Amino acid sequence: MIKVITKSSPFLHQDISVSVIMLKVLMALCPGILAMIYYLGWGVLINICLAIVVAVTAESLVMILRKRSITDTVTDYSAVITAVLLAIALPAYAPWWITVVGILFAIIIGKQLYGGLGYNPFNPAMLGYVALLISFPREMTQFVSPNEFSANINFVESFKLIFEVNNFPVDAFTMATPIDHLKTNLRLDHSMEAILQHSIYGIFGGTGWEIINACFFIGGLWLIYEKIISWHIPVTVLLSIAFIATLFYWFNDEKYATPLFHLTSGATIMAAFFIVTDPVNSASSYIGKLLIGCGVGLLTYIIRTWGGYPDGVAFAVLLMNMTVPVINYYIKPKVFGYDN
Amino acid sequence: MHIENLKKITLNGLWTNNSALVQLLGLCPLLAVTSTAINGLGLGIATTITLILSGTLVSLIRNLLRQEIRLPVFMLIIASIVTIIELTMNAWFHELYLILGIFIPLIVTNCVIIGRAEAFASRQGVFLAFWDGLMMGLGFTIILVLLGSMREILGKGTLFSQADLMFGNGADWITLTVFDNYSGFLLAILPPGAFFGLAFIIAIKNIIDNHQSHIK
Repeated sequence: MIKVITKSSPFLHQDISVSVIMLKVLMALCPGILAMIYYLGWGVLINICLAIVVAVTAESLVMILRKRSITDTVTDYSAVITAVLLAIALPAYAPWWITVVGILFAIIIGKQLYGGLGYNPFNPAMLGYVALLISFPREMTQFVSPNEFSANINFVESFKLIFEVNNFPVDAFTMATPIDHLKTNLRLDHSMEAILQHSIYGIFGGTGWEIINACFFIGGLWLIYEKIISWHIPVTVLLSIAFIATLFYWFNDEKYATPLFHLTSGATIMAAFFIVTDPVNSASSYIGKLLIGCGVGLLTYIIRTWGGYPDGVAFAVLLMNMTVPVINYYIKPKVFGYDN
Repeated sequence: MHIENLKKITLNGLWTNNSALVQLLGLCPLLAVTSTAINGLGLGIATTITLILSGTLVSLIRNLLRQEIRLPVFMLIIASIVTIIELTMNAWFHELYLILGIFIPLIVTNCVIIGRAEAFASRQGVFLAFWDGLMMGLGFTIILVLLGSMREILGKGTLFSQADLMFGNGADWITLTVFDNYSGFLLAILPPGAFFGLAFIIAIKNIIDNHQSHIK
């Protein structure tokens, strides 16, 4: 027997606001963040908290300057999302001023100067990250290696490191990320087999990084299940990276890493599910989304393999953000009731 | 000579019609050389001298010119002046000349100069043309030095570094270290820093203008 509940009018539409979407995205990020804290240490958590505080403060200040309501814009959690995405992209023990400068750049210049949420042509978090990467190349490439060091440092020590209370040399225990390490050594003409003997490499990608990426993957799948994001962008990003990586791996497996290495290293999964899918600066039609996804995937691989920076995701996202107006202009979704 | 007229030209060059902030002319050298305040000052002075000389000369010969060939003649005058300045800088400020490089000969193509020759100097008396060149040049120089200082302080933590390029070896005392042990905000020195910096200066000018018009 089917139970039909009827209510009298007025019928309410589904109560899904920006803040609900943003909260769900934050929840989906949690498994990945927990994995990062487990493998990389408390620095991740401190960075995230610092970033959120700075982002909300900066957003409120701009709102006061623009004579807008503070509560409306701060409670939509979009600044928090930007802060969290930027914070997890930073090296875990980056000094505090790195986080502050990056967040201020992302929120004030990347988002509010363009008109705030909904008007920003570039992903603010990636804009902040790229500004930091080209401004402070030394601090931005000092990643800790998972496991070796992070398990031995407690919360207070992490706090002291980030706020530079005692001048402990961070470089003493930082090292290149697996992608960077592989690229550097391949350029030195070391053989692939010898390089992969190093302890930073795991089964598929980097030790620890593969688990972190798997956790982000689970969070991303939940977002698709909840219909917060559509499958188009994540699937095309991952497929296009897999495709071009397979092509080059098949062409020369001594010079190019396996497709699985590219999928499980760096920020691939996190970007595919959480960054490229930003509804504000991504294409609106499904075909447009497929194009954006392919572009990000291919550019990520190209910049990662032949470029000079540790990972190519941020640059790929910004480059594809620039193409969104053109894509939206030429590929318009069919309007209901018209033949188009 | 009307004092009112001179005042108007002065205000025009320095503020209301500032070549860098309002006309947005000559952006290429403006953005490219302002990585330090001294570089900006060097190019600013060279541009100012060109503006003064070209304005005066164009005004002097304005009654002899036929309309049809005025632009080539302006270009000839400007190119000769810039060549003189280039050779002078090469001889006396060789280091600065090397840093500014291509942007010294490129003063020829700076739209401010041909623009002022066409719009002002070819229709006005010699003294007014001279004064207009000086004020337009000063307005341009002030913005170059301001932008250069902003980028230098943010990017390197110093102000007026390499002052010896311009004022000789005795001028090292001018260099200020604003932040000690500063690791440098590279973005300010790189090209994006120039665009951001200029945009902020223009925004500040617009805020001041809005404020003024509200008071009136």
